[in-house]
Amino acid sequence: MDITVNILLTIATAATPLLIAAIGELVVERSGVLNLGVEGMMIMGAVGGFGAGYLTGSPWVGLLAAIAMGALFSLLFAVMTLSLATNQVATGLSLTLLGLGLSGMIGTGFVGQPGVRLPNLDIPGLSSIPVVGKLLFGQDPVFYISIVLTAAVMWFLFKTRTGLTLRSIGDSHASAHALGIKVIRYRYLSVIFGGACAGLAGGHLSLVYTPQWVENMTAGRGWIALALVVFASWRPWRVLAGAYIFGAVWIGQLHAQAFGIPVPSQMLSSLPYLATVVVLVLISRNKRLTMMNTPASLGQPFVPDR
Amino acid sequence: MKKLLIALMTTTAALSLAASAEAAEKLKACWVYTGPIGDFGYSYQHDQGRLEVEKALGDKVETAYLENVSEGPDADRAFERLAREGCKLIFGTSFGFMDAEVKVAKKFPKVMFEHATGYKTGDNLGIYNARFYEGRYVLGQIAAKESKSGVAGYIVSFPIPEVVMGINSFMLGAQSINPNFKAKIVWVNSWFDPGKEADAAKALFDQGADIIVQHTDSTAALQVAEERKLHGFGQSSDMIKFAPNAQLTSLTDEWGPYYISRVQAAIDGTWKPDNVWLGIKDGAVKLAPYTNMPDDVKAMAEATEKKIAGGWNPFTGPIAKQDGSAWLKDGEVADDGTLLGMNFYVKGVDDKLPQ
Repeated sequence: MDITVNILLTIATAATPLLIAAIGELVVERSGVLNLGVEGMMIMGAVGGFGAGYLTGSPWVGLLAAIAMGALFSLLFAVMTLSLATNQVATGLSLTLLGLGLSGMIGTGFVGQPGVRLPNLDIPGLSSIPVVGKLLFGQDPVFYISIVLTAAVMWFLFKTRTGLTLRSIGDSHASAHALGIKVIRYRYLSVIFGGACAGLAGGHLSLVYTPQWVENMTAGRGWIALALVVFASWRPWRVLAGAYIFGAVWIGQLHAQAFGIPVPSQMLSSLPYLATVVVLVLISRNKRLTMMNTPASLGQPFVPDR
Repeated sequence: MKKLLIALMTTTAALSLAASAEAAEKLKACWVYTGPIGDFGYSYQHDQGRLEVEKALGDKVETAYLENVSEGPDADRAFERLAREGCKLIFGTSFGFMDAEVKVAKKFPKVMFEHATGYKTGDNLGIYNARFYEGRYVLGQIAAKESKSGVAGYIVSFPIPEVVMGINSFMLGAQSINPNFKAKIVWVNSWFDPGKEADAAKALFDQGADIIVQHTDSTAALQVAEERKLHGFGQSSDMIKFAPNAQLTSLTDEWGPYYISRVQAAIDGTWKPDNVWLGIKDGAVKLAPYTNMPDDVKAMAEATEKKIAGGWNPFTGPIAKQDGSAWLKDGEVADDGTLLGMNFYVKGVDDKLPQ
C-alpha cells in the first residue's frame, strides 16, 4: 500500500510543472498566440525562484519571484509579437534560446549552492489519515495551486463572458476587432498569464522538485508542456489528464526498470511526443472537430488596420 | 524541434568564442564539454581543470571552451570551429565526441587533439581517462557495510563501457563484503536531468533500496536521499553541501594536474599522442571525505583506497560473468583493452544489459 501511495506522490510531483506550464500556454493559444518560448520562460522562473529563495532564505519569496520572472520575460515576447507584429514562431524560439542562455548567466553564482525547499503542506490530523491523508493533504503547495488553477481556467474560459471573448479573439481576431474588442490588450494579458504560469512551473522545479540551481534544469519540460496543449486539443481538463498520463508513463517506466521488467526506456521517453502526433492525426481526420477546437487564428500576427 | 534547438545552441556557443583576442605567442588550449559548466558535476570538474591550467601557466596560455555541445554529428562542427579559430590543443571531454574528434583530427594534422574516455587514437589524437572504477569498488564496499536492506539503487545514464565497468566494479566491491548484495539498476538515458534523476531515486527507494549510487551528473538523487534520511554517494564533485546527512563520500574527478602537464608539453613542443589512464594513485580519482559512517567502515574504505593506490586492480580474478561462465582465473588481472570495451556484467548483477 505504502509503495502505491509513494508512486502516486511521485507522479503528482512529476506532473505538476507540466500541468501548470501547459495550462498557461493553453490560455495563450486560446487567445490566438503561439508562444514557443515556454522552455525559456520556465528556466527563467527556475533561476529567479532559486535566486530569490536562496538570497532571502524564504521559499515563498522564491515562488513569487519565479512567477514575476516568468511574467516579465513573457512581456518581451508580447511586445515583439503583439506590438511589433514579429513572427511568433521565430520569436518564441528565440525566447527559449535567450532564456536558456540568460538563466545560465544569472545563475553562475548559484551553482553548487543548496537552495531552500518549499515545505509540504501538513495539516495536523488530516495528513496522517492512512493512504488518502498523504495524497490529499500532505503534498507541496504548488500541487494544490496547479489543481485550483486548472479548475479556474476551465471556469474562466467556458463559463465567463470574458472567457468567451478571449476564445472569440483566438478564432478570428479580425471579427473581434470589428466588434470593438481590444484584441491586443487581451492578448497581452494572456501572454503574461502564460509567462507567469511557466515561471511558476520553473519555480516548482528549483524550489520543490529538485531544490537546486543547475543550467538547463528544465531539461525539455517546456516542450512537453507545449506538446500537451496540442495533445489536449486545447481543453483544460484534457491537459490535466494528459499531464498525469505523461507523468505516470515516466514514473511507471522507472519502477518497471527497478522491478526488473526490461522495457526499452528510450521508447518510453519518446512516448509523450508520439502520443501528441497520434492525437494530431486523429483530430485532423475529423474536419469539424478540428474547426471546433483549434483556435483558428493561432499563430497569425494581428495588425489593426486603423 | 529539440534537435534544431541544440543545433542553434551549438552555433551560438561557437559564436561567443570568436571574441577572444589573438595573441601570437600564447598557446591556445580549448575544451569541449557536453554539459553546461554549471552542472556542478562532470563538465564542471573538467572546467575546474581548465581554470587550474590558466592559473598555473598564466600568460603562457590562452584558453577557450564550448559547453553544451551535443554528442554526435553536431560535435564535428564544434571541433572544426575550434581548430579553425587557432586552438592548438583541443580536449574533447565526453565519450560521444570520439568519432567527431577522429574525423576532425585527420583534417587538421597540425592541431593536437585529446579525447577523454574513448578508445580511438590517431597521429595527432591522444586519449586520456580516469580509472573511476577504482573508486566505485570502494563505494561498493561501503554500500554493503552500510545498507540494512542489502539492496542499493543504481542510477545510470547510457550503456557504454565506462558505465558498465563502474557497475561491475561496484558489485565486486559490495560482494567482497556481502556475497548476497543486490543492486537495482535504472537507466535514465541522460547524463543530466535533475528531475529524472530525482524520480529514479524515489522509485528505487520505494522498491526497497536504502543506498543510492549514481552515474549521472546532478545532485538531485542525493537530495532525495537526504529528504528520506537515507544514504548515497556523490558523483564528479563533492556534493556534501546538498546532502550533509546523506552523502557517505563522493567519487570526484581531478583533471587539473593532467591538463597542466599536457598543456605544458604542448608549449615545450614535447607533446605526443598518448594513451593514459589515471587512477587513485595519480590523484585523478579522489574520494571525498568519508562522512556519516562509523569509524570501522571508514577505516576499511581507507585501507581499500590504499591497496588500490598500491597497484591492486579491483578486476582481479577469480571473477565470473553474469551467466556464471568464467572470465578471470584466480589471480588473473583484466587488461585495459577488455575494460575499455566492457559490454558484459559480472556475476550477481540483477539487470539485463541494454544492447
